[in-house]
Amino acid sequence: VQTRSDAAMLGALTRRDLLKFASAGTLVSALSACAGTSSATRSIGRVVVIGGGFGGSTAAKHLRLWSGGSVAVTLVEPSWQFVSCPISNLVVGGSRVLADITVSYQGLRKWGVNVVHDTVTSIDAERRLVHLASGPTWAYDRLVVSPGVDFMYDSVQGMNAEATNRIPHAWKAGGQTVLLRRQLEAMPDGGVVVMSVPLAPYRCPPGPYERACQIAWYLRTSKPRSKLIVLDANPQVISKGALFTRVWKEDYASVLDYRANASVTEVDVANRTFILETGERVKGDVLNLIPPMRAADIARNAQLVTANERWCGVDWTTMESVAVKNVHVLGDATMSAPAMPKSGHMANQHGKAAAAAIIELLNGRRPEPPTMVNTCYSFIDDRHAIHVSSVHRFDADKQTLVAVTGAGGVSVADRAQWAIEGTYATGWAQSIWADMLA
Amino acid sequence: MTDKSAFTCFLIALAFVLLPSIAAAQDASRLAPTPYLTGTCTNCHGTQGRSASAMPSLAGLSQPYFVEQMKQFREGKRPATIMHQIAKGYTDQQTDMLAEYFARQTPAR
Repeated sequence: VQTRSDAAMLGALTRRDLLKFASAGTLVSALSACAGTSSATRSIGRVVVIGGGFGGSTAAKHLRLWSGGSVAVTLVEPSWQFVSCPISNLVVGGSRVLADITVSYQGLRKWGVNVVHDTVTSIDAERRLVHLASGPTWAYDRLVVSPGVDFMYDSVQGMNAEATNRIPHAWKAGGQTVLLRRQLEAMPDGGVVVMSVPLAPYRCPPGPYERACQIAWYLRTSKPRSKLIVLDANPQVISKGALFTRVWKEDYASVLDYRANASVTEVDVANRTFILETGERVKGDVLNLIPPMRAADIARNAQLVTANERWCGVDWTTMESVAVKNVHVLGDATMSAPAMPKSGHMANQHGKAAAAAIIELLNGRRPEPPTMVNTCYSFIDDRHAIHVSSVHRFDADKQTLVAVTGAGGVSVADRAQWAIEGTYATGWAQSIWADMLA
Repeated sequence: MTDKSAFTCFLIALAFVLLPSIAAAQDASRLAPTPYLTGTCTNCHGTQGRSASAMPSLAGLSQPYFVEQMKQFREGKRPATIMHQIAKGYTDQQTDMLAEYFARQTPAR
């Protein structure tokens, strides 16, 4: 009886139906579930996400949320906890501590994301496999790579990864942030802090200028006889220029010395001295070198880097790599679209765009090009903040995202507004951490 | 795996294929899928419009109210620190889509 009714049920389906289902990958994964090779019985596809930062975490959560749990997601991230780069400058300045910017990955597990704390050793794009350092191999239908940046120490003579124990970059939040803070605390009043800003593009365009504010605020309030020298390789302040310049003049003139077109090409680590392109030597008690950067090694090793040997080109409708099929690249590692900053907020938007595109593709539909919004808040002291915002929409002729004319902008020059924005800036951070991890 | 168990397995697999589409068809009348565009709001205003911070929540705002606020932001009639800039980036059609989605989200308690 069982067999006959089974056969009748089968008879109700046409061969075309079966092919349709099979092509969607559903049948295949459901059958493999029967064979005991996967626990994701209702899965329409398997996605591995590499990197649990702003891009990867957002992608992982939204793949689960927007697919109603039908996409099986594994997130590979070596860190046990997420530590946010945004707001980390306030830890350097001393008005926040590391715990304030640290968030657990536990929330992602509630969404059904399989969070694996491991390091990726290699990606086999041909066979769609990700190999992990501790041994396991994860198969994927679609791979999301959100690797962040690595530093180009080769372009600064005398500098290397080991020297960051003495001269921190503090441009990846965590131990480096705390190290720079401790050095500032240990410095006697009357000391000199020197920070170096690389030529754009780099992670977080206003970040170095916010850091300058934070260090200057700490010096002015706690060590007023000290100095901060900012050596900027760029010809001018490249983000929120008028606002930062005004704040430095009005609030920090007694401690802050900003120098444009000052490119650090060499570091004398032992003598804590920066050497400029011009040969000039600038010695400090505390040095902070933000090195030039590029897409992280994992992206380079996977042949995802396509632009200037630094960044990963993507198709902005799907975030899929222009070089490697079925691999979507997010965040700071991408070759940015015009007027698009490398920011945590933007990476969150990339993560959602990739999640949407992958769900559409796994369902056999054609993804719609995304719209994206960016907001970057910068604290100018412990409680006032200024912002820059933009909206990015797909341009079919240019085949890229472009900033919407007339939308976006920066804060008005009004301190009462900056106080309100300080509250919103804190709210922004709490909201975005929750949106990606809770 | 025997032929019979493989066949049973095949049927179970088919059921997994069919059930979600049936469920989706039933749900469609009362619950449209999430418009991905809402993801441009939720990093500040909270996943599904339920804010986890000082940022205002959007979940449960009535559709006409949402549309009107966006219009007022665009026209500079409602004071704002940032929304007057961001609102200008959305078309009327996009604004309607966002309003429809957030109106049917349950506010956080």
